[in-house]
Amino acid sequence: MAKELHVLIDQAPAAPVGPGTVRTLWKRFVRRPAALFGLVIVTLFLATAVAAPYLAPYDPNDADFFRARQGPSKDHWLGTDELGRDVLSRLLYGARISLRIGLIAVAIGVGAGVPLGLVAGYYGRGVDNLIMRLVDIMLSFPSVLLAIGLVAILGPGLNNAIIAVGVVAIPVYIRQVRASVLGVKEMEFVAAARAAGASDARIMLVHVLPQCISPILVQSSLQIASAILSAAGLGFLGLGAPADVPEWGTMLANGRQYVFSAPHLTMFPGLAIMLVVMGFNLLGDGLRDALDPRMRGR
Amino acid sequence: MLPYIARRLLYAIPTLIGVTFVIFISVRLIPGDPAVAIAGERATPQLIAQVRQELGLDQPLLIQYGRFMVKLVQGDLGTSLRTRLPVAPEVWRRLKQTLLLATVSLVLASAVGMFLGIVSATRPYSVWDNAGMVVALLGVSTPVFWLGLMLILLFSVELPKALGLNQPIFPPTGSGTWKHVVMPAITLAAYSTGIIARMTRSSMLDVVAQDYIRTARAKGLSERVITYRHALRNALVPVITVQGLQFGTLLGGAVLTESVFAWPGLGRYLVDAIFQRDYPVVQAVILVIAIGFIIINLVVDLLYALVDPRIRYG
Repeated sequence: MAKELHVLIDQAPAAPVGPGTVRTLWKRFVRRPAALFGLVIVTLFLATAVAAPYLAPYDPNDADFFRARQGPSKDHWLGTDELGRDVLSRLLYGARISLRIGLIAVAIGVGAGVPLGLVAGYYGRGVDNLIMRLVDIMLSFPSVLLAIGLVAILGPGLNNAIIAVGVVAIPVYIRQVRASVLGVKEMEFVAAARAAGASDARIMLVHVLPQCISPILVQSSLQIASAILSAAGLGFLGLGAPADVPEWGTMLANGRQYVFSAPHLTMFPGLAIMLVVMGFNLLGDGLRDALDPRMRGR
Repeated sequence: MLPYIARRLLYAIPTLIGVTFVIFISVRLIPGDPAVAIAGERATPQLIAQVRQELGLDQPLLIQYGRFMVKLVQGDLGTSLRTRLPVAPEVWRRLKQTLLLATVSLVLASAVGMFLGIVSATRPYSVWDNAGMVVALLGVSTPVFWLGLMLILLFSVELPKALGLNQPIFPPTGSGTWKHVVMPAITLAAYSTGIIARMTRSSMLDVVAQDYIRTARAKGLSERVITYRHALRNALVPVITVQGLQFGTLLGGAVLTESVFAWPGLGRYLVDAIFQRDYPVVQAVILVIAIGFIIINLVVDLLYALVDPRIRYG
């Protein structure tokens, strides 16, 4: 009896991201130029964030009032800002901040959202109801507004902005994981695991969770994009990083008053945000198409 | 249909109570004593205690919440700490401005988004499709505040200069005439345009693969009739949902857009209030937008059920 059950458990659909499937996924992924383009942007962005100190031609905080607000030149490819700091160097260092924002925000969203979604979907009934009503409440606020409200409570600052953007992502993950769990938990291999005496925790973590990985992966790429965008928005409103930090949204806000005389101060940080956000969006779309061929081109 | 409406209305009540409670508690979590803020830093302890009693802050939290709800239902949103004036009239005045901006943006985003989606879906994987989806991608990836500044630069500075005009084509800030609405509306609409375009395309592609489209084609109907009379109608059902949700997103996104164009709406009011630590105003604005969002979601659900009978009876 027990042996038969194990056979059933072994028949469970292969976890979408296993070593054997990676090559197939990669083949499907690279077939789409847009996905590949996204991957290139994201890779360049990661490389920039890691290597910023080596790539930056100047110290990002090195101020010189005599060369303030100069346009792009041979010495300063992207010009200088209102304090005479090199815009290119600040943008390169800003990549580190954006990366931090994206990763921590997604970690908060996944860290809280995935367990709650698992529990809600797996246990159903009262627990599910409670969690989903909380999700309803959180989703009753437009996301930008929720983030602004949280920063109003926590106080302005980069870390609080990151927390706010991360908290906004939590209900998104709860909903998504719950939906996946609802589909998976009725499958035979879950029933088999239960019959074999596996505990709820084991079933959730070992049997159900791996089935939810691919949507989480896709969502995370899209969520990094929206975290960077939202945090830049908070920075622009003056609710994010303080003015001396080279966060892209904050740089844009600082340059805003010179938009007529020195448009490069707003143009370049905006382009940087757009490019990186686009990269993660394309990567997310590409991953979704590769992981779920039925969704191709959607 | 009536039982469905009743059920949906009942479902909305706990959410409304939850949202008001969360906002009520959150504002009280903000460090600093409102009684001290009103009485002034140098007030005597007696005066502060008196203010606290007047505001009902000495009462248990649940009683405070009850009073807050009673006042809310009566349309009383509290008094601004800064101006000492009731918040409600100012909120209504600004809500109209925000709604104007959000409505124009939604119409714009729907028109452009659906057009792009249809063009892309009727010629999948063609140059048109790719071009349409690139525009949609730019829409969802461009920071709204940056787009706003770039539009100001283009229409208020560079283009007038190039054309030899003495004044901006569209005024960069303020409100009052239709010209003032153009740039903020385009800015605010960009993101939603991208979302609606993608949704229209994917929904159309779904529908085109259905059997009844094949039947229509087998009957010898022209592609035009198939696209517009058979496919589009059914493809629009999920698009309506997205449009409704986008309206809520537009209300939230208005905060950034209003900040760029000095548009006298709720968003700017909120941001100013956060900086001035004017918590009754922060509370009122977040409350009004959240309640508005819940109502919109409700209306969308009802519309959805009206368009698609399967939902009512499902």
